[in-house]
Amino acid sequence: MTSVSIKNLDLNFGSVKVLKQLNLEIDHGEFLVLLGASGCGKSTLLNCIAGLLEVSDGQIHINDKNVTWEEPSDRGIGMVFQSYALYPQMTVKGNLSFGLKNARVPKDEIESRVARAAEILQIEPLLHRKPAALSGGQRQRVAIGRALVRDVDVFLFDEPLSNLDAKLRADLRVEIKRLHQKLHNTMIYVTHDQVEAMTLADRIAIMKEGLIQQLDSPAEIYNRPVNKYVADFIGSPSMNFLDGDMSTKGKFKTGGTEIDLGNYEFVDGPIGAPVWFGFRPEHVIVGEAATSQPFSTKVVAEIVEPMGSDTLVWTSIENQPFRVRVDGQASIKTGDEFLLGFDPARASIFDKENELRV
Amino acid sequence: MTNSSSNTTVEMTGPRGAKPKRALSPRNIMIYGVLLVVACYYLLPLYVMIATSLKGMPEIRLGNIFAPPVDITFEPWVKAWSQACTGLNCEGLSRGFWNSVRILIPSVAISILIASVNGYALANWKFKGAEVFFTILIFGAFIPYQIMIYPMVIFLRELGLFGKLGGLVLVHTVFGMPILTLLFRNYFTSLPEELFKAARVDGAGFWGIYFRIMLPMSIPIFVVAMILQVTGIWNDFLFGVIYTKPDAYPMTVQLNNIVNSVQGVKEYNVNMAATLLTGVVPLVIYFASGKLFVRGIAAGAVKG
Amino acid sequence: MAQSTRPNRLFRNLNAKIAALPMIATALVVFIGFTVWTIVHSFTKSKLLPKLDFVGFAQYERLWGTRRWLVSIENLAFYGISSLVFSLTIGFLLACLLDQKIRFENTFRTIILYPFALSFIVTGLVWQWILNPEFGVQNIVRSLGFSEFVFDPLYNADVVIFGILIAGLWQGTGFIMVIMLAGLRGIDQEIWKASRIDGIPSWKTYIFVVIPMMRPVFITALVLIAAGIVKVYDLVVAQTNGGPGNASEVPAKYVYDMMFKNQNLGQGFAASTVMLLSVLVILIPWAYLEFGGRKGDK
Repeated sequence: MTSVSIKNLDLNFGSVKVLKQLNLEIDHGEFLVLLGASGCGKSTLLNCIAGLLEVSDGQIHINDKNVTWEEPSDRGIGMVFQSYALYPQMTVKGNLSFGLKNARVPKDEIESRVARAAEILQIEPLLHRKPAALSGGQRQRVAIGRALVRDVDVFLFDEPLSNLDAKLRADLRVEIKRLHQKLHNTMIYVTHDQVEAMTLADRIAIMKEGLIQQLDSPAEIYNRPVNKYVADFIGSPSMNFLDGDMSTKGKFKTGGTEIDLGNYEFVDGPIGAPVWFGFRPEHVIVGEAATSQPFSTKVVAEIVEPMGSDTLVWTSIENQPFRVRVDGQASIKTGDEFLLGFDPARASIFDKENELRV
Repeated sequence: MTNSSSNTTVEMTGPRGAKPKRALSPRNIMIYGVLLVVACYYLLPLYVMIATSLKGMPEIRLGNIFAPPVDITFEPWVKAWSQACTGLNCEGLSRGFWNSVRILIPSVAISILIASVNGYALANWKFKGAEVFFTILIFGAFIPYQIMIYPMVIFLRELGLFGKLGGLVLVHTVFGMPILTLLFRNYFTSLPEELFKAARVDGAGFWGIYFRIMLPMSIPIFVVAMILQVTGIWNDFLFGVIYTKPDAYPMTVQLNNIVNSVQGVKEYNVNMAATLLTGVVPLVIYFASGKLFVRGIAAGAVKG
Repeated sequence: MAQSTRPNRLFRNLNAKIAALPMIATALVVFIGFTVWTIVHSFTKSKLLPKLDFVGFAQYERLWGTRRWLVSIENLAFYGISSLVFSLTIGFLLACLLDQKIRFENTFRTIILYPFALSFIVTGLVWQWILNPEFGVQNIVRSLGFSEFVFDPLYNADVVIFGILIAGLWQGTGFIMVIMLAGLRGIDQEIWKASRIDGIPSWKTYIFVVIPMMRPVFITALVLIAAGIVKVYDLVVAQTNGGPGNASEVPAKYVYDMMFKNQNLGQGFAASTVMLLSVLVILIPWAYLEFGGRKGDK
């Protein structure tokens, strides 16, 4: 069953087209993450769903009701903002109940809803404090609480963790996931952080220039990116790309190196054209084990970046930079010659012309 | 593959696109109505000044001040500029105008020069006690001038500057210093500190950094300071009346003497022409500078 | 040894200290020195020339026994309070109107602010003309058939201060509006979004959320208006010259007249000392609130 559905959405700021004929269907209870670099239109899309921005064309349906012309407060949504946007002169309780009081919800109903939200978010001891006396993490909990008391089916998050430091961000991320598992509402979550997207999402929509590039599960996006942009955007360190061609059927050729694509899953079969051969640094195998891989070659370590848990080794294949992620305990040093190998089945190949997956 | 779902057109019924809005909603009528009334109130005096200054005296005596001039005459302007009398002197406002210009140019230049160096020293070369003096200076901006004007008279007399142009320039420099120093200090503080550090590492000294790094980067704030000072000094009345002699009176003082003189028949059209003439300089600066003027007063105020 | 390589503290940053000399001199000589000088001399019986002939509080006793000074203080209090209330209210309301994402915002702002560029002399003279009963508003309303209509604030001792207030507000509200508008624009846009999601009507958001958030802006505006009010001088000189009678006298004018017209320096000094005190009464609590709590970080 569809919870939020966006139909042919256009949004123009003057002559600038921010969203272009965008369609999106979000199921009940789904956790959808809108991911993209800044300026890709993800926050704009969220603001359109919330009704904070007026769309230029198209429709927005929430719970099978056309809400395109509805006020934000009548759309059955709650929203959490990056800057928390708490009312600074009111206590936490005041913040949670202000909207309800205004909607003339009966007093005991307000009390019980506030109490329930406070319990879920464990902010009961903070109810009589003002936002200024709270830490960033506590403020964001209160902001989530303000969405919670509205008793709505759809939660919108606009980069809610971006103002927090790394550790708190990780904590609150788990907290949000737990909340979703408990409440089962639809959540639409905007972020530019791929870790947040991968960990939280049921499905991720990767956006660029007002268009959805790929809408899929995190695993699918990671393993089978539909185009070079997505492949490059997801994954850290990002994917290696070798420049070459497939003029020999079923083989990728760059310089003097040939890689047999025998077990690669083609979308529409192999093409005879210039392509990018993409391979994730973490899927490369080094040392003796490399010889058992369908493809292996000898390379020289140019730069070694130890990061504790693992080590990033910069090397090159046919004079093109190639990164390899190896175990943190591996003993490769700058200048060492070593063997690397991989299985082309895990590669992603993109047509050089339209950058789409082949 | 997934893009396909993005590009197909879906059937739509019911509301779509932007909610249609009536241009004449009650809310808009109220907002623009109130603003129009307010704008009229604010423009009225300007209009009355212009209208009156273009009428002849008979027309003023008969008609009402809001009526547009029927027989447009520029004679009041000519009279105000070159013939209006203060006491026995009948050279018109032109003398006050040139006096004001003579006061304005050195006062603006010197006060800005000194305050910008001050602000630079405060922002980048903090020394012990600097903040104390600065705090006193800012407090000074709020102290009524009245408590300092008489000792200043004695001070200027001792220096031999009382009643002279130099004296008034000194007064404007001193009393303009708090706001200008604040303006420059805040601006220089907002420039990246790394720039200053890099210049020091490169061996530039106090004046070298000021003239070669800070000054070229600070043109906008100098313009703001100039707007602030030109309007402030041009509009000054108190210092002009105290620290200058009658033949060196600035325009505001002379204007007041012309309009409020008790002798003779009141020539309202000449008075209004003279008033307008005095207001023209700050008005031109205001309309020409637009946003910078706003920025200047806001910078002076909000951080005050 | 370390001592010998270390330059004398006085000469560290020498250029900066030289550059700051004008500021130091102004702060010490003018703002402190002159102020103390005037306060000291307010306890003397200086007449034509200042002299250190102490008479205790005699000047102050005379001051508070002078009808004209009492009228001045009364006028200042009335003008001050009304102008505070009206400029803050009108300034804020106008700022709110301009904040409604309206068209021609710049035009309206330019129109409302331009009087602020004009001097008080010009302001006073224009309004003197508009309020002139023979030709101005009164005359026009009478010519519309209301022959008994009376509106001559500048000639009626009871209401003359209103006449000055109208002119003062005309000149200064635009400034307050600009400060308020800057304050409104400084409010996090997400607060507005949050209140829309909560379904709070915007007038309620202004009253319960925005105004409390703008407290520092209101206080700044209040201090600026207050400091300006005490100095009110030019406007009165141009518009009424204190008349009719003494009805629109203000303290700043009293000080000037005593010092430079009546050759009664002692009175002038005492009056200006009282003016200073009244400013400090406003300034010190504000400075304490604004900077006292977090001294050292700025």
